Amino acid sequence: MLAAPIRSAYSHRFKMNTPRSVFPHRHLLGIEGLSPLDIQALLDLADAQVEVSRQVEKKKSTLRGRTQINLFFEPSTRTQSSFEIAGKRLGADVMNMSVASSSVKKGETLIDTAATLNAMRPDLIIVRHHAAGAVHLLAQKVDCSVVNAGDGAHEHPTQALLDALTIRRNKGRIEGLTVAICGDILHSRVARSNMILLAAMGARVRLVAPSTLMPPGIERLGFETFTSMREGLKDADIVMMLRLQRERMNGSFVPSVKEYFRFYGLDQEKLSYAKPDALVMHPGPMNRGVEISSDVADGAQSLIREQVEMGVAVRMAVLEALASHLPNR
Amino acid sequence: MTSDRPLLLNNARLVDPASGREERGGVLVQDGVIKDVGSHVAVAADAEVVDCSGQVLAPGLIDMRAFIGEPGAAHRETLKSAGEAAAAGGVTTIVSMPDTNPVLDDPAIIDFVLRRARDNCIVNIRPAAALTKGLKGEEMAEIGLLREAGAVAFTDGARSVTNAQVMRRALTYARDFDALILHHVEDPDLVAQGVMNEGEFAARLGLPGIPREAETVMLERDMRLVRLTGGRYHAAMISCGDSAEIVSAAKARGLPVTCGVSINNLALNENDIGDYRTFLKLSPPLRHEDDRQAMIEALNDGTLDVIVSDHNPQDVETKRLPFAEAENGAVGLETLLSAALRLVHSGQVSLPRLLRALSTRPAEILGFPGGRLQRGAPADLIVFDPDAPYVLDKRQLKSLSKNTPFDEARLEGQVTITMVAGRIVFDRRNGSRDSNV
Repeated sequence: MLAAPIRSAYSHRFKMNTPRSVFPHRHLLGIEGLSPLDIQALLDLADAQVEVSRQVEKKKSTLRGRTQINLFFEPSTRTQSSFEIAGKRLGADVMNMSVASSSVKKGETLIDTAATLNAMRPDLIIVRHHAAGAVHLLAQKVDCSVVNAGDGAHEHPTQALLDALTIRRNKGRIEGLTVAICGDILHSRVARSNMILLAAMGARVRLVAPSTLMPPGIERLGFETFTSMREGLKDADIVMMLRLQRERMNGSFVPSVKEYFRFYGLDQEKLSYAKPDALVMHPGPMNRGVEISSDVADGAQSLIREQVEMGVAVRMAVLEALASHLPNR
Repeated sequence: MTSDRPLLLNNARLVDPASGREERGGVLVQDGVIKDVGSHVAVAADAEVVDCSGQVLAPGLIDMRAFIGEPGAAHRETLKSAGEAAAAGGVTTIVSMPDTNPVLDDPAIIDFVLRRARDNCIVNIRPAAALTKGLKGEEMAEIGLLREAGAVAFTDGARSVTNAQVMRRALTYARDFDALILHHVEDPDLVAQGVMNEGEFAARLGLPGIPREAETVMLERDMRLVRLTGGRYHAAMISCGDSAEIVSAAKARGLPVTCGVSINNLALNENDIGDYRTFLKLSPPLRHEDDRQAMIEALNDGTLDVIVSDHNPQDVETKRLPFAEAENGAVGLETLLSAALRLVHSGQVSLPRLLRALSTRPAEILGFPGGRLQRGAPADLIVFDPDAPYVLDKRQLKSLSKNTPFDEARLEGQVTITMVAGRIVFDRRNGSRDSNV
């Protein structure tokens, strides 16, 4: 659900200015609330951006004169740099605000931070925050477009979009595929966004995890759950592995790295339960020898590198789609 | 493959607690398994025959709770001495507790114990592994890998897991592996300094008491967690009527819950402590006679699944101390059957019902093939005279430790033959009671 209220005068203006918008939302706060058509439009747009990034001249002018702030309350290398590159390729002025040097460390509340940033008149704010729902809260307090770059264990919509793009480009479709999402489902915003997106696009979604890492009640949301990799991966087209945080490895949620890898780590043997042409994905950063073995991660069935490339394309597509709603256009 | 010479245990009173069937007949044993059983079993020409007239023939006892000192405290008990004690008592399978040094929380140590047992122990050893690393109650142990290594259940042994979150996660995780959790239900904060049952007798002795609630509060918590998680749970030992009610209600609700009782809480009460006898300092403590009667009732109505020896060898320096300072525990492998037969002799429990709790139910709960007189079942068998009277002399015990609460007690019922996997490992007929094939 897109919770952010849109001020009527404002929305009236952009509706008038962009009568045939491909993407009818002001923010991208989550996959939930997007229609299959919205998703498809973003993926189509992203397909075109892939080509831009592969040219020698990678610069477009769609966002020229626009200001993009990357506001990351949680450390991130790949997502933040991906958004930065995406913004720059579209011609925006990108400013990175890291928590360490910000006033958040000095005790400023999230809402005060939002108000402060808003006063600087940015056009796009990309936000990552450790608390689920924090990005929604911030979006209510600013006048520009907001992109959720990950909020707690809630959503990470651009990751799900880039995964979908990667799948679509390799398999030609999403509908009808069996996708097994494996590992720490409980704490994973990547899993949550992917589950919603893939189900909306007609894929069959399976969740594979030890019960301690499975959100209680998730099967009632209509997802198939498995505690065994052998059963969960059987005939899967896509095997999507999740990162296991170090602090959860040593007895709290799973007994040890050794045991986790033995029962849930993706190695060649477990991968052989899936279809012979199954493809392997991982949102990164990987723990080799924890949730995935090196030979699988670097093997012929792995799409992990390609996912990173698609990340830039998808983020360019998202920024461009949101830019069509920006005022004074 | 060549077959062993068959062995016929003939003219016995067969008691199969699994089916409740009792009849006169024989059991034909070959290649470690029961080839045939019943009244129709005839003497085969090539078979060696053992006449069991006047004796009961039943499945060997499966003791779900015994502490063995190896590794780490071999002066108290070794796998070898525990095996000899067990065989003399009719116990053919021991579930050993992980409270060793090092703790059984590593697959390599399980492997070590299984190998040592194979080479040195005349009965079956089935180790239970630690539920949490180092038995500390903080981080769960490698349940999947330990199970693969041969651990049959998971428990922190003599300790309770006080952190409910740890217990919740362990139950949740164990369910994925269909692993059984055995839990000692005794809240250490409620036990505090307590050393015996709280009540009039403790007041008279001037000893700090342990309330029944130390047990019931923990047990009630666990029932809620089992309901939340669906994990398979066995309360190692309960000791009072309130606990039986809790388990009974959980079973009625369909929860995957079972429970055990120590032979001591069935055969003794707090009055037996008498003059500060430290061999009767136990955990859970001996309770009031009303509690003992409640345990017998729970055994009869099926609430109590299992009777255990809670065999816990302690030596002189841990027991010859003022009552409050002595260690908990008593040896029990050798007296388990005799002490339990007291309930049969008093007319309170039937022999099949008793043997069910000593053999069939443990096998069912742990998924073992034994515990029944049935063709194809392992030939883990005992032959015993249920009425043979004797006075226990602790110096005669095969256990390296002699801390028995039944010293000089009059008991009835003695094992004549104990057979493990078709091999006779104890035979009282050959001369003295020390005889051992």
